[in-house]
Formats: sequence, structure tokens, C-alpha cells
Amino acid sequence: MIPELGHFCLILALCLALIQSIYPLLGAARDNPAWIALARPAARGQLGFLALAFVALTYSFIVNDFTVAYVAENSNSQLPAIYRISAVWGAHEGSLLLWVLILGIWTFAVTIFSRNLAEVFTARVIGVMGLVSTGFLLFLLFTSNPFRRYFPAPPDGADLNPLLQDPGLVVHPPMLYTGYVGFAVVFGFAIAALLGGRLDAAWARWSRPWTTVAWLFLTLGIALGSWWAYYELGWGGWWFWDPVENASFMPWLAGTALIHTLAATEKRGVFKHWTVLLAICAFSLSLLGTFLVRSGVLTSVHAFAADPTRGLFILILLGIVIGGSLLLYALRAPGIAGGGAFEFISRETLLLGSSVLLTVAMASVLLGTVYPLIVEAFGFSKLSVGAPYFNSVFVPLMIPVAILLGLGVLTAWRADDWGRLWPRIWPIALGSGVLGVALIVMLAEAVKLQTILALILALWIAGAALSSLWQRLRRDGWETPAGYLGMTLAHLGFAISIVGICITSHYSRELHERMGAGDVVELAGYQYRLDAIDEIEGPNYHGYRATAGVTRGGRSVADLHSEKRVYTVRNMPMTEAGIDAGLFRDLYISLGEPLDEGTGAGDWSIRLYYRPLVRWIWLGAIFMAAGGLLAACDRRYRVQVKHAATEASRAAAPGRA
Amino acid sequence: MNPKRRKLLITTIFIVLGAGAAAAFALMAFQENLLYFYSPLQVAKGEAPVSRPFRLGGLVVHGSVKRDPHSLAVAFELTDTVEKIGVRYDGILPDLFREGQGIVANGSLTDGVFVASEVLAKHDENYMPPEVADAIKAAGGAVPTTHLRERQN
Repeated sequence: MIPELGHFCLILALCLALIQSIYPLLGAARDNPAWIALARPAARGQLGFLALAFVALTYSFIVNDFTVAYVAENSNSQLPAIYRISAVWGAHEGSLLLWVLILGIWTFAVTIFSRNLAEVFTARVIGVMGLVSTGFLLFLLFTSNPFRRYFPAPPDGADLNPLLQDPGLVVHPPMLYTGYVGFAVVFGFAIAALLGGRLDAAWARWSRPWTTVAWLFLTLGIALGSWWAYYELGWGGWWFWDPVENASFMPWLAGTALIHTLAATEKRGVFKHWTVLLAICAFSLSLLGTFLVRSGVLTSVHAFAADPTRGLFILILLGIVIGGSLLLYALRAPGIAGGGAFEFISRETLLLGSSVLLTVAMASVLLGTVYPLIVEAFGFSKLSVGAPYFNSVFVPLMIPVAILLGLGVLTAWRADDWGRLWPRIWPIALGSGVLGVALIVMLAEAVKLQTILALILALWIAGAALSSLWQRLRRDGWETPAGYLGMTLAHLGFAISIVGICITSHYSRELHERMGAGDVVELAGYQYRLDAIDEIEGPNYHGYRATAGVTRGGRSVADLHSEKRVYTVRNMPMTEAGIDAGLFRDLYISLGEPLDEGTGAGDWSIRLYYRPLVRWIWLGAIFMAAGGLLAACDRRYRVQVKHAATEASRAAAPGRA
Repeated sequence: MNPKRRKLLITTIFIVLGAGAAAAFALMAFQENLLYFYSPLQVAKGEAPVSRPFRLGGLVVHGSVKRDPHSLAVAFELTDTVEKIGVRYDGILPDLFREGQGIVANGSLTDGVFVASEVLAKHDENYMPPEVADAIKAAGGAVPTTHLRERQN
């Protein structure tokens, strides 16, 4: 009964989504206030039914209702309760439901925080989001119904993929989806502005906090995924350029570029075309990401059964979103007024340069991710693109981005001159150069050109960010806007991540060893001693647990425990890595495989890692997200719309002059 | 040319050159890092490249896994049910590596033996890499059905 109610709620949500899209959009076109007024209640009602549907599916998981096919495929009566809840979004159908639910929550947020916006504009935003929701609900109901019953019900479920039975998975997909779907709001704003023919600074100002919040969730989601892969996949890597990772990274790159051009559009009324295209691009990539990951197009951990009707539906939906929005852009583009003028040496130029570079980086990732799929779809050979491609293209592109970033925060809007800039640049450049070389020469075991360069760039970014913040604080004191602090924090986070990525990549040590109890291996000055390998018994798995003591110079540093579990229902092995985490280094051990036939008591193959500064990668992401939060809380986003309108006309004025 | 036009021109040239150089660079790296997939049958026919790395996929032949007793070196055979190719690997095999399982290996051919730098098995006990399933079908063999995840619909 409950699953049928859930199914029914989904259908009702679809009806409301149709009302939410048709009436407000038509009402805005025909100037019909009654139709426009339908936007908010329809959106809120839709969220209500989506929430009920989601609760119904969660309930089916909690009570182990294996007559529901989706529950039977992804849960088991032995599964611990918390994972029964997270199993709701453990596969295709449920994660799509989560996607639509989050879209409903974002739309609800728009209905609440849009009091300062013109009614017509809000109605259009909500209407566009309703269209997106309609597409997804149709997709859910026609190809991926999570409430489908299966009779006769299997006696027990097929269990959740053991990889996903982890606290990281409980939060990773919701975070990522909140980020993905947040770009739907930004997309809604862009389309609404195009429909209304008013792409002005006010539009940019309204879009900014939404973009920033979406971006910060995406940042956290990607960082969580990377951290999860690091400790759960058991081979110590934190980024593999796997298509699934790329799928979340592409919207992040586009979103990062968008945040920066939005700043320029808001402050100076420039780059309107570029900004609106980036907004469309960020959302399209979010859609592509969602589908690539969950539709079974990709052969990876995240992909589930391939189904051709799903693929077709996805292609059509993508085509409508991308084609429709670009068509609208083409129709409206001639009417978009140019922005204010700016000199060559100005923050505008630097923002434009870095956003172009970020977009090129995104395109290179897109090429490597999608090209194999396209080639295969046309029946040519099967191929894949190796990680070296991504490294050799992406990393060099980040060098000019880092340089421009530092210059950008130091340079004034509109026009700056070299004579004023140079005294601010050279101390930071010199300082970061000297410090970068000194740190590597003194602290690192090997002097490498790449690590020196990366460290100098990170110090340059940090130095420039702090110096410009200092200038601002001296000028404005307590009046310094939260947005400026947020920007500084995010840039510091970027620098921290660069340091972490570079040092981990170049100075990690790893060994693959054959070890038995009592064996000692030395790695990067640490002695890893395998003390024992014991059999263990878990709630829904059994396996072996290795205990290793790590000492350095005779002093005990850490006790590590790694497990090799076999989850009984799927008979699937899993590795739990043993990690001693630290701010400056991680010690990592993971069990490979038993090497003596038929017994787990003999020798094992074991992975040992020493990873310096690996935590900085995720620490940097936390800084970026915190910076985003601070920027989104800036009080100027809460001031009245009238104020924004006057400033917009002022910003646009120099362009016409 | 007035200064404004000139500035615009310089900016445009700057962007076009930058983007062009980046694109050329990217495409070169792209070409070098394409990994093509070959089945044991194709390798036996001599279609696989000799000096260049590629991906080889197939089922691990039952009884073919031989481990060195003192190191991590291991040798096994991959088949598409028609041809068999020997594979050598020195390292830790993935959790789901076992006889009869469909796997994909990255590496290159040396004297008729595939020396793998990486062995991949996907994280699902019934999962068959689609490349391997297709290779078996192309070779005229029957895909072992126990390896295909049968969805209950």
C-alpha cells in the first residue's frame, strides 16, 4: 500500500510540476497576475508530494519490503539500519528520486528568498525549474519507477553494494546532488532573464549567492567523494580521472568560471553573454554528470544496469535543455547591451582570462570523458583515455590560472596601471619565490622543479589574497564585506589544495609487499610491522583483520588495522584500509590478497603507503566551501531590490556613453 | 586604427593564440594517451600493436593462475573462449580477481606475453566488463550467464 501511495505522490508531483511550469511562464508572457501567482503554491505543493514519495520509499527500505523491486535489488534484512536509509539513493532509481526531491527543495528556497525580486521574474525562474522537474519526473515514472513491485517477492534482498556501505556514502551523493541541482536555480535565473530580455547587473546580483551556494555544495561533494575513494577503495589514490569523477568535476570547473564572471557582470556590467552561456553550460554539465554516472553509460562502480530506453530519454532531455536554451540565447543575444568599458590592465581582463582557461580545462576533461563513449556509440573501436592525458593537459592549464588569480585580486576594476601595480606585485612574487625554493630545499627529501613551481604558485596565490585583504581591511575596517573575506578564504583554500596535491603526488612512498605475521618493512623512515592477521565476523560479512604497528626511531607511532571483508549476500570482497591520519602525513596500510592457497593465515600481499600532506587536498576544499558560505551570507544580497536596480543602471551607464 | 580597436584586436589575438596553443597541446596529449581495447582473438591474429600499450580483456582461465612463492609476481591466462593469451603481472591483484572472472588489463605485448601494468576487475561479483562480454560474443563464444547480473524484471 505504501509504495503505491508513493507512486501516486510522484504522479501528483508531476501534475503540479506541469502547473508550476505552464501557468507562470504563460502568465509572465501574457501579463496575467493570477497565473503568475500560481508559481509559488504549485512549487511548494510539488515539494510536499516529492517528500511524501521519498518518505514512502525510505519506509519500504526500513521495513524490508522486498516486494518492491528496487528495495529487493539494493537492500537486505541483514543490512544495518543506517545503510538501509542510505540505500535509498544507492542506485539509479532512488538517486533520481533524491535528485528531484533536492530540486523541489531548491525551488522551495526560491519561493522563500525571492521577496526582493520582481514577481514576473520569480514566476519565470520557478516555471523553468518546473520544466526541469517535469522532465525528471517523466523520466522517473516512465523508465525508472522506484516503486515497481515484483511478484513473487524474493525471500531476501540482493543487498546494497558493500562499497556503498560506508558513512561516506550516506552524505556524498546528497552533497553532490545539492550542488548539481543548485545550478538549476542559476539556469532558471539565466533563462528567466533571457525570456524577459533583461540581462543586467541586477540579474547577476540575484544569481550570485545561489551560484555560490550550489558551488560550495559541489565542492564539498567532490571532496567527500575523493576522500571516500581514498579510504574505501583500498588502493590509496584520491583522484583517478575516472569518468564518474570527471562528471562531477566538469560542472565544478564551469561553476567556478561562472562565479568569477558573475562578479564582473554584477560589478561592471560586462561579459553578459559569456556569463549567461556559462550558466547554461554549468547546468547542462550537471545534467550530463547525473546521467553519465547513474544511467549505466559508463562502466564503473557507480553505473547500474544499462537500459536503452533510458539512454534515449536522457539524450532527448539533454538535447531539449541545451538546444532550447541556446536557441533562446541566439534569439535574445542581439538585444543584450554591452557593458562598461575597461582597460587592458584591469581586473575584468584577468577574470576573463582565467574564466576562459577554466573553460578550456573543462573542455579538455569533457573531451577525454565523452570521446570514448561517442566512438563506441558509432561502432568504431573500444578505447579509453588514460590518466596521463588528463594530468598532462589539466595541470599546465592551472599554472596560468594561478598566476592570473594572484594578479586579479591585486588589480583594480576598470583600469589599473602598471606603475601602481608593480610595487604591490614584486614583494609577493619575490617572497613566494624565495620561500617556495627554501621550503622545498630544506624540508623535502628531493628537490624537484615541479614541486618548487607548485609551491611558489600556491604561496603567490596566498600572498596576493592576504595582501589584498589587508589593503581592504585597512581601508574599510569592520565595513569590509563578508564577500571579500569569503573570496580570500576560498583562494587560500585553493592554495592549500595545490600544496596538498603537489606534495602528495611527488613525495608519496608506496610499497607492495608480500608479508606474513612478524615481518617488518621500512618505508619513508617508518617501520611497519605486521603483528597478526585474525579472522573476524561482522553483522553481514566475515573476513580477516590485520594489525600492524608502526614505529619510527624505536618509538611507536600508530597501530593500524586493515580488514579484508567478504560480504556474505553478494559474496563480494571489500578492503577496509588502516589509516593513521595526520595534518602532515598519512600512514596507510591495506590488505591485498592471501597468497597461500585456501588459507588466510599465511602470507598476504599488502599495500603500504606514506602520504605527506594528503589531508591538505580536502582541507583546501573545506576552506573553499567555507569561503563560499561566507560570501553567500554577505548582507548586500539581502538589501532591497530598488538599491540593486539603481546600481545596475549606474553600472550600465558608462557602456552607453 | 583607434586605440580602442587596437586593444580589442590585441586581446582577441591573445585569447585566440592562447586557446589555440592549449587546444593543440591537449589534442597531442590526447592522441598519445588513447588506449584501445583488444580481445585475445584479435591479439592472436596479430591485430594488436606491439610497441604501444593497449587494454586486453577476457575471462581468467580456470587453473591458469600461477603465483611466485616469494614475491608478488603472478601469471595467468585470459580467454574470449576461443583464444588464450598469457598475462604476467607483478603487483596486487584487485579484490575481485578470480578464476572465471571477466577482467581488463592495461599493458603491452612482449614476446607474445601481455605484460600488465594494471589489472582491473569491477566491483560486483556478477559483473562482466561490457568490453569482455562483447569480445566473447565477437569471438563466437557464449557469455557465461552466471556472470551477467540478471535484473529481476
